[in-house]
Amino acid sequence: MSLFDYKVSDLHELFTKKELKVSDLVDESYKRIGQVEDKVQAFLTLDEERARLSAKALDEKINSEAAKGLLFGMPIGLKDNLVTKGLRTTCASKILENFDPIYDATVVQKLQQAETVTIGKLNMDEFAMGSSNENSHYQTTCNPWNLETVPGGSSGGSAAAVAAGEVLFSLGSDTGGSIRQPASFCGVVGLKPTYGRVSRFGLVAFASSLDQIGPITRTVEDNAYLLQAISGLDPMDSTSANVDVPNFASGLTGDVKGLKIAVPKEYLGEGVSESVKQSVLNALKVLEGLGATWEEVSLPHSKYALAAYYLLSSSEASANLARFDGVRYGYRSKDAETLIDLYKNSRAEGFGDEVKRRIMLGTFALSSGYYDAYYKKAQQVRTLIKQDFENIFAKYDVIVGPTTPTPAFKIGENIEDPLTMYINDILTIPLNLAGLPGISVPCGFDGGLPLGLQIIGKYFDETTIYRTAHAFEQATDFHKEKPEL
Amino acid sequence: MSRISKDQVKHVANLARLAITEEETDMFTKQLDAIITFAEQLNELDTENVEPTYHVLDMKNVLREDKSKPGLSREEVLKNAPLHQDGQIKVPSIMGKED
Repeated sequence: MSLFDYKVSDLHELFTKKELKVSDLVDESYKRIGQVEDKVQAFLTLDEERARLSAKALDEKINSEAAKGLLFGMPIGLKDNLVTKGLRTTCASKILENFDPIYDATVVQKLQQAETVTIGKLNMDEFAMGSSNENSHYQTTCNPWNLETVPGGSSGGSAAAVAAGEVLFSLGSDTGGSIRQPASFCGVVGLKPTYGRVSRFGLVAFASSLDQIGPITRTVEDNAYLLQAISGLDPMDSTSANVDVPNFASGLTGDVKGLKIAVPKEYLGEGVSESVKQSVLNALKVLEGLGATWEEVSLPHSKYALAAYYLLSSSEASANLARFDGVRYGYRSKDAETLIDLYKNSRAEGFGDEVKRRIMLGTFALSSGYYDAYYKKAQQVRTLIKQDFENIFAKYDVIVGPTTPTPAFKIGENIEDPLTMYINDILTIPLNLAGLPGISVPCGFDGGLPLGLQIIGKYFDETTIYRTAHAFEQATDFHKEKPEL
Repeated sequence: MSRISKDQVKHVANLARLAITEEETDMFTKQLDAIITFAEQLNELDTENVEPTYHVLDMKNVLREDKSKPGLSREEVLKNAPLHQDGQIKVPSIMGKED
């Protein structure tokens, strides 16, 4: 048994009883990494020396008041688009190969206050653009359940490392499904918070109106604790929301009696595999057995979400990624006689194909003569998508459906055709457009690969999402299964 | 009918400050055309009187106190600069050949 089979609250209790030290947990992490990392390839950078020093320092105060925080001493992995002072941050791009940040992201500062231990930085699709981790410049992470399949993306490293037992938990980021989809593929719990719940300061921006940082964990309970630690208003991010941060763990009651669930027929329609549909219907039976009720509803504009998303996210990306110019930081082309060639060649040599494709699409959609037809039109469709959700949430507490249309696909299977790859995100994207929170929890298997149940909540109502997810988790055994590596 | 021409792709690449090869021009022409064709399904929807959602939360003009604070040190600013000299970032000739 691994120490990471315990929940945060159990490990914390073992600290209190002096039966466990922080060094034991950090040892467990690096030992496991030594055993399985050549197969999984989840990490881009390890921070072993600092982590061991930090563990030693924490162990010296483990019995003091300072160690009362629940996350004290817990080993965490961070997606490599969260800037970490003095620890290389690449966004899995060649253009940031040697980037050594001079500050910490707000979430990283909050984790330091909570005294977690950073184990290393995790692989992703370059600049978070992708659904398989195949767009990483450095390596393709493998799904711990089947090394020939993808872990999902873009937070593939974050999900795979947790599933493989290399870290207790991790942070990812979600722009169109990048936390929930890999969590689903890797059989772990991943939450995208409400837009504005978590500060984006120090998250290398992909699409600023859609990006959110969120926790990936083994259990719903741990997820609630990790979200608690990173949430809140931040003066450094003017889009972080000035709302109260409730005690998310208060939702972990196991009680869903009277909960009203909406199940959009569009989420169980064309393109969704039979095994996925069946697992969701089974999950609904479980929730019904616990006293919840469900009804089929319609989100009529769902089918337009994918197109709107690619126009909007690429437009925002084209603006955000303009900062990578080979001048102040990042890769610089050796081959440039003028400043404009320096920009063009540094970007051409530093970015991968998918990133270039999206910069091109975004630049096109924002260019003179096309702005109204594409960018503005997509923002109007976004309003319709948001209204669909608001209509449903006037009558229901949560929306339930699958996280992904299929289980994890084979490495190399979809890489040639961008549009086929984009379809993976069809069930997760609408939330990002609306800014709503959603979780993926394990709900079944197909051919040995995990399936995920997506639970969507009202704005800033992560507590009800956790309540539903936790009740389902406690009533089922899917989360207890572990991959053999 | 092709919605995107090679010339458009070259124009957009220039706007995006991306050097692209002939081969990439062909690839992006084909792929952007497919994506834009896909995106045009949005035209099925009548959005005549629909307000665009630029931001999902109802917040406007988030202001902070206008107070000065120390900026980054020169050492920090130059830490990641690929080329610098005498405390300044060095770039090639700005007034070079026109493109």
